[in-house]
This record gives sequence, C-alpha cells and structure tokens, in this order.
Amino acid sequence: MSVPAFTGSNVMDVDAAKIRGAGSNVHFDKVSVAYGAHVVLHPLTLDIAPGEILAMIGPSGSGKTTALRAVAGFVRPASGRIRIGATDVTDLPPYERGLGMVVQNYALFPHMRVEDNVAFGLRAQGADKALIGERVKDSLATVGMSGFSKRYPRELSGGQQQRVAIARALAVRPRVLLLDEPLSALDAQIRRNMVEEIAKLHRDLPGLTILYVTHDQTEALTLADKIAIMRDGRVSSHGPTTELYRRPPNRFTAEFLGRANLLPVTVAEGAAGPKGLAKAKLGDAVLAGAGRSEKPGDRTLLCIRPQHLSLTGDEEHTNRIVGTLKEVHWQGELTHLVLDVDGTPVRVSATRLPVSLPERGSAMPLFFTPGDTSLVPEDVRG
Amino acid sequence: MADAAVLPATPAARRAPGRFWIVPPAALLALLFFYPLALIVQQAFLDDSGMANVAEFVRVLHARFFLNALINTITISVAATAGCLIVGLVLGLILAFVPFPGSGVIARLIDTFIALPTFLVTLAFTFIYGSAGMLNAGLMEVFSLQAPPVDFLYSTWGVVLAEVTVYSPFVLRPLLAAFSLVDRGQIEAASVLGARPFRIVRQVILPAAVPALIAGGSLCLLLTVNEFGIVLFIGAKGVITLPLLIYSKAIQESAYQVACIIAVINIALSLGLFGLYRFAAGRLGV
Ligand SMILES: Nc1ncnc2c1ncn2[C@@H]1O[C@H](COP(=O)(O)OP(=O)(O)O)[C@@H](O)[C@H]1O
Ligand SMILES: [Mg+2]
Repeated sequence: MSVPAFTGSNVMDVDAAKIRGAGSNVHFDKVSVAYGAHVVLHPLTLDIAPGEILAMIGPSGSGKTTALRAVAGFVRPASGRIRIGATDVTDLPPYERGLGMVVQNYALFPHMRVEDNVAFGLRAQGADKALIGERVKDSLATVGMSGFSKRYPRELSGGQQQRVAIARALAVRPRVLLLDEPLSALDAQIRRNMVEEIAKLHRDLPGLTILYVTHDQTEALTLADKIAIMRDGRVSSHGPTTELYRRPPNRFTAEFLGRANLLPVTVAEGAAGPKGLAKAKLGDAVLAGAGRSEKPGDRTLLCIRPQHLSLTGDEEHTNRIVGTLKEVHWQGELTHLVLDVDGTPVRVSATRLPVSLPERGSAMPLFFTPGDTSLVPEDVRG
Repeated sequence: MADAAVLPATPAARRAPGRFWIVPPAALLALLFFYPLALIVQQAFLDDSGMANVAEFVRVLHARFFLNALINTITISVAATAGCLIVGLVLGLILAFVPFPGSGVIARLIDTFIALPTFLVTLAFTFIYGSAGMLNAGLMEVFSLQAPPVDFLYSTWGVVLAEVTVYSPFVLRPLLAAFSLVDRGQIEAASVLGARPFRIVRQVILPAAVPALIAGGSLCLLLTVNEFGIVLFIGAKGVITLPLLIYSKAIQESAYQVACIIAVINIALSLGLFGLYRFAAGRLGV
C-alpha cells in the first residue's frame, strides 16, 4: 500500500514548481460518520478542486472537525469513500495519505527545536539530509520564522508556534493541507495578520489544496474560494464565496455568513421586473430584488445586508422601506442603528450619519439598491 | 511555621510563631532514624574491643563473600529493573494508546499489586514453577520424566522474575501518568507527517516519558537492591545479596561489625539511588 506522491523516493523529486502546477482534489463520496448510534456526519458529497481553498464553516458540533479528520484518516467513515487525487484513501492509514495538518493548539513536539519539528515529516519519510536542510530553510522562510530555527516551542509566542506548525506541515509538500481552526487560539490582532499571511501563502503556493475548518466567518470570507456551510452534520450550502454571500440559498447561510436582515415578503404579480429582478411586497411597499424561481404569491425572505441600507435615497437606491428607530450604537468607524420594520428588527451599519438623526421611536425611511438584495427561501427544517 | 496561622490564635502561638513545632518531628526522627543509623555507622568503624578500626572495613571491602554479594545484588537489581522497564513500557503503551474496553480496570488491577506483600508472589511462583509445582508436575506427567525439567526458579533468574513481577507496577504507574499528559494532537500530527507507530513511540511518546522512566526505574533499583523477602523466600543456593548477607552475618554469625560495614555500604547505595529518584520525580512533578 503506497501513495505514489508520498513514498520516500518521490518526496525528493516533487519540487516546489511541480506542487505549484498540480495539486490534488479531495473528493467526499457519500461519506458518513457515526459514533455508535449517533450520526455526526450524514452522507456528505463534496469536491475540493486542486489548488482550491474550501472553508468549512458552521456552528460548534456541526461536524466540521469530523469531516476533516475523516480526510486525515483518524475517523473511519461508516460508509462512503474519500479520494485524494486519483487515490482512494479510505482504507489508508494517516501516514500514507500525503497530507499536512495544522490544529488549533499547534501540537508541536515540545522536546524538539523548531528546525527538528519542521524536519520531522521529511525524516519520517526517509528524505536525504541535503533535501531536509533545504526544505526546512524554505519552509521556515515561507512563514517568516527563519531566525527561530534553534528555539524550542516553549520559547515562542502562540502566533509564532502556529507559524512553525504551518512550516512543519508544508515541509513535506503535502498534497492537501488540512487546517482545523488554526487561528482560534490566537488573539484578535494576531489572528487578522495570520489570515492575511495564509492568503499570501496560498498566492505563493497556488497549487496547494486547502481544507480550512473554522467557525469564524471573517476567516472564511477572506480566504476561501469556496465555502461549505455545515449544520447538524449536513452541508447546508456550498458554493463560491462571493456567490454564497451575495445570494445565500437559505436563511441559515444568510445569517451565518455575515449579518443579514431578512424581511418576510410576498412575491408580487408581474414576475420579473427590469434586469430580471423579482417584485415582492412588504406591507404596502413594493420592492425589487434578485430572485430565484419564485412564483407570484410565494412567501419568502428578502435579504439585505446592514451595510447596504442607506439613510438617504437617490436614483440607485430605489427600494424604500420605513421603520421605527429603536437603538443607535456608535462604534467609531461605524454606527449601528436598529429599526423595527413591520415587526422585524432591521440593522443598519452606517459610515456616515445625517446631520440630525430623528428621535428614537419616530419613523425613518431606509433606501437600498435592488441589486444588493436577494430573495431567500425560509429554511425547511427536517 | 506558616501552618500555625491556621490554628486559632492562642496567646502561645502569638508569642512564638510556631517555631516550637519543629521539635516533636525532629526528636522522633532523631530517635527512630538518625540515632540507629549513627549507631550502625559507629559500629562499622569500631572493633570488638571498642577501638576505632578502619582496617576491618577495608578487609570486608576486599572479601570474596562481600564482593560476591555486591555483584549478585547489582546483577539482580539491574536485570530486574531492566525487566520492569520493559514490562512497564510495553504494558503502559498498550494501556494508554491502544483503545480497548476494560483498559482502565486492568490498569487499576495492576496497581493493586503494589499493595501485596512481595513474598506472596514468590509463594505463588513456588506453586507454579517450583520443583513440585504445577508446571513441573504437569511436564513430568505428560513426558514421564524422572526429574523436574524446569528449575530456573531456584537461581538468580528466579529472583529476577519474581522481582519483575512485583515491581513492574512501580514503573507502570508514573508511565501511565506521563502518557496521559502526552497531547494526542502531537501523535496525530506525527502520523499525518508520515511517521509510523514505532517512530511515534520513539520520537514523540518516549521523550515525554523519560522523567517517568527514570523515576520508575530508580525506584525499582532502590527497591530491588534492598529486597529481602523474595531472595530469602526463593532461597536459591549461592544467591546471596547484600541484605541477605547482613542478615546472616548479624543473626547467624553474630559478626556485628561486618554486618554494620555491609549495612553502611548498602545504605550509601540506597541513598544514592533515592537521590536519583527524587531528582527524576521532581522533574516529573510528582
Ligand atoms: N470521539 C467522539 N465520540 C463521540 N462523539 C463525538 C466524538 N467526536 C465528536 N463527536 C460528536 O460529533 C459531533 C460533531 O463534532 P465535531 O466534528 O467536532 O464538530 P465541529 O468541529 O463542527 O465543532 C458533535 O456532536 C460531537 O459531540
Ligand atoms: Mg471542531
């Protein structure tokens, strides 16, 4: 049992250029996982294209880690197959899968210096000395840790340890990099920097396929080419990041990925308006929004992001709703307003406020562009 | 001492802040421990007429019976400790890292071994491996033999086997504690990086268990150097260790100075090993 791109001899011919050119795809083919009678992953079918960053995002306990660990080989699927590139890895032990993995608590080897941590995988795979030296240098340079090769993990900060963990995973030139909440243990400032650095890392290694598990929507939105939203052991939605954000296919996706105002509306007669926009009625107001295949009379939700609501109208912002001002929270860069529109709380994130804001409790119009909205079906919960 | 502060503040306690409390334990230690120890050391350097005499000490150090006992003691305790380390390590790895139902029960069962008197195992060994034991009786019956074929029990190796059986839990215990602290994430990371189980044991698990191995191993050395019951009980011909030699010199030959000289050496050996154990245990944090 051997994986072609992972045996000792092959490690040495797979150079960086080759990796850049061709990564491997990861394919979940109806993979399910159960602990006893408790099904934590319902048959999951999902493909991660070569060189793609797929962010798997969802609330705690939704099965993200389980899916990732099934790829790594630590969780045995109850059914289904997992393929990496052309290899069916379902029955392979973790050490024959040719992967890299980085987890939340770094899991560095505490009794080894940074350089030995990074060299560990290559030594395990029997690479020769010269190659190991070169790769260790390269990998540490990639994560900006060249000056720390002689340190022990305990002599590094959390962010530095995580860089070393990434270098350790990259040194073996993995076919796929698995990241499970890699930044969750870091504080906010460092986390933001690390997100940008991982993005840069992927620009440098565009062939590297990455499965990025997180519960943080900002990380997912910043990094991912595609996002899979998990809910109760199922993929609730899956698609290109911007697409999923702009046109969420269901309420759960709309609310999990960024903030969303979801107004209950009824699809109006007259079907598609100009530019293929659907018309929907909210009380007396008739609004236009990007529809799917709604029929007149359907009850659905109109999704509008807080930053797309404007306090002033113009020829672009043709949709108009009126709400009652409830709360105003000033946060420096942004001011958050909460209004009540027909019983639905509506949030507005405004960068600029008019000179005078109406009193709390008084009526206030809000304007938005039809192109910024979409109609989202209410979730049908099973 | 600080503990006095917990007591209700009696006037006495306020006047002398607890310094008095060192006296009872110190007195007790002196009476029960240091005084007899000092007597033994004194006896070792005084001849029967009460004169200081180092020549006897030197003579014993060079005597055949002493050197034999010393070599026996060291051989047995090193071999038994090596056995304990191997048995403890293998059992520990299985109990800690191979998930099987009931591993906790087994670990606790092995633990209770520590509570049993050491010669009990020797007694059981006699029933099983002794010349009239189950194994020999069975073999003689099956193969119609005249003499018992298995007679390792009444040799150095019988002693070693008994000691390994009795003292392995002393290695297993700190090992399991150390293993439970090994981050499973490290093992998984190593595995994903391409390391097979044997390499993971060597490079990830064992380095974390070194202090436990040293602590358990030095405790085993200490206990086996001083083991008396097992050696006496097995009564193998020619297998005389230091504690047994002290016993026979003092009780059977009434050669008290010789007994004390050997005892001093035995004590020095024990204290050295104990120091090693404390050092290792300190690093382990137990
Ligand atoms: N080893 C296990 N034994 C039993 N249940 C588990 C085990 N690991 C995870 N689970 C359960 O599986 C579900 C999904 O867990 P997980 O994949 O870790 O979720 P996530 O990573 O999305 O937070 C949870 O309900 C969790 O309790
Ligand atoms: Mg998780």
